[in-house]
Amino acid sequence: MLEIKDLHVKLEEEDKQILKGVNLTVEPGKVHAIMGPNGSGKSTLSYVLSGKGGYEVTGGSASLDGEELLDMEAEERAAAGLFLAFQYPVEIPGVGNMTFLRTAVNAQRKARGEEEMSAGEFLKVIRAKAKTLKIDAEMLKRPVNVGFSGGEKKRNEILQMAMLEPKMCILDETDSGLDVDAMKLVSEGVNALRDEGRGFLVITHYQRLLDHIKPDVVHIMADGRIVKTGGPELALEVENNGYADILAEVA
Amino acid sequence: MAQSSKMLQIKQDVTEAFLADRALPKGAAWANDARADALARVREMGLPHGRDEYWKFTKPDSLVQLDAPKAALFHNDEGPLWADVDSLKIVFVDGVFDADASDVFALEGLKIERLADVADKDIHWAKDLYGVLETRGQDAVQRPLAALNTAFATDGVVIHVTGKTRKPVNLVYLHKSETSDATLHHCIKLEEGAEMTLLETGPAAARFNKSLEVEVADRAKFHHVRVQGRDHERRAVTGIFTRLGTESAFKSFTLTMNGVLTRNECVIELTGDDAIAHVAGACVGDGKDFHHDDTVFITHDAVNCESRQVFKKVLRNGATGVFQGKILVKKDAQKTDGYQISQSLLLDDDSQFLAKPELEIYADDVICSHGSTTGAIDEDAMFYLQSRGVPKAEATDLLVLAFLAEALEEIEDETLAEGILERLEGWLARRAR
Repeated sequence: MLEIKDLHVKLEEEDKQILKGVNLTVEPGKVHAIMGPNGSGKSTLSYVLSGKGGYEVTGGSASLDGEELLDMEAEERAAAGLFLAFQYPVEIPGVGNMTFLRTAVNAQRKARGEEEMSAGEFLKVIRAKAKTLKIDAEMLKRPVNVGFSGGEKKRNEILQMAMLEPKMCILDETDSGLDVDAMKLVSEGVNALRDEGRGFLVITHYQRLLDHIKPDVVHIMADGRIVKTGGPELALEVENNGYADILAEVA
Repeated sequence: MAQSSKMLQIKQDVTEAFLADRALPKGAAWANDARADALARVREMGLPHGRDEYWKFTKPDSLVQLDAPKAALFHNDEGPLWADVDSLKIVFVDGVFDADASDVFALEGLKIERLADVADKDIHWAKDLYGVLETRGQDAVQRPLAALNTAFATDGVVIHVTGKTRKPVNLVYLHKSETSDATLHHCIKLEEGAEMTLLETGPAAARFNKSLEVEVADRAKFHHVRVQGRDHERRAVTGIFTRLGTESAFKSFTLTMNGVLTRNECVIELTGDDAIAHVAGACVGDGKDFHHDDTVFITHDAVNCESRQVFKKVLRNGATGVFQGKILVKKDAQKTDGYQISQSLLLDDDSQFLAKPELEIYADDVICSHGSTTGAIDEDAMFYLQSRGVPKAEATDLLVLAFLAEALEEIEDETLAEGILERLEGWLARRAR
């Protein structure tokens, strides 16, 4: 499904290489986790895949179901089925959350040549999905993420994911800023979306999120590369011993 | 700063050349006097020149040349604005009253007359308003084009509001001649506790000089929503002059789309305690041939009054926006609450926003804030929208409307606000094609 081959990326503004040959394949129905110390390039990987500006790809490729992602505009990648749950969801004053979501859903449908969702149908679907994430009508009416608490912002990300029904979901430190209850709620939202056709790439510092969203494969990233890959037990090893041992072992 | 004698000579020459073949309209004695006084003011000040302090950002040349520069008519397939709003419609075509297209001047709570008739009446209340607020508005800043309007206007509406009116008066300005040079002068007097809504729409003329004098008595409320649009080559200079009594309210909103030159002046005097004045504007300009100027002067001369200025401009492809806004708080105007914000969203490097916000405060117990910003589309918001599948052009439109929202929120009536939003969406959609 998601296939990253020897991906090299540097910052556009300065001559600094961030990703130094990332290889990673996420199969449909699988949850892959990427863990790694600060500055290892985890967030950069998520931004580059979703099409954020400011990065220059200097080598390698990334494709989704065989379609080359890196040649596409960000909105084309979204329409192709890629979704990034932001570490820091952006506040957009003046744009209602509901308007935002409906514009997004219909823009993707249009891009895929599907029929747009009517206002009535959209309302019905979003209400049901918002309810399971404990997002009330007031939150849907408010401007996108404006005045939302950390937990509300992350729940709103998952609501968007649920509405857009992407093929491939990247979660960038979705656990940051969440208390235990909020993490549980968000994880339940994510788990509800797990199915055999959908892939997940969960980026996190901590093992605790992986208690809730159980990964099939865990990768350790350091200095712009995947340095170790293993099963769920790898996350536990990090939790118990930190990164130092693993990094020393692969060095 | 004193102007050099050479400058004064140039201004005088331009002014005399402009006035040479123009005779003052004749009417009743009071009207003749008001016009003659106004003409004397024009001569004393001279017509505006690019070196004048408040004309540095907006070239007045095309406004003071003898004939109106030609303005092509622009057609689009939009239906009439506020078609579903029940209003009393009064139509002017290139500044000339169109009786057939207008409704009968009958509305409970107010009396409407035409200036053309009123100016011939020996006794009329308009005597105490026509040119009076305009003259007061000349106090701190010279506004020669408004004086010119008072001198030469022959028509407009004269409205006496005594009750709470049930539907708005809707002035529709059609533009059918490419060379029309129109002048209209409206006078509105709201008696104590009276309320009315005034709507104005349309491109009006190739060159349009319009004044609106509004006297708002104690506890009266005046609402004003205006749309200036369509024709790219039209020019307009408009002035609103208003004086507010105790616990009265004045709320004015203007949407401007297209127009090679638009200068909207608004002069507000809060003279009764606890009065409220809100003036807001949203403008969208596309291209080097768009120049829009809001020049506002609000004087607080009473206790516990609130004034609010909210101006938002979206500029692209070399368009220019100007904001000159001043709050003057006189010595005894304690507990004044003054707010002023002027912001521009520049969609490219060629467009520009020129702002001159001013505060002059002599009272010591006031809250006054002002801010002026120029910015581009927020890249993070843009990426967020794109990452959800919204194409860049559509995302830009969404962010443009979001940027203008604070100004649109100043429109109290939801139906009127929806009409404004539709017009904006239409404007954006035409550019997306």
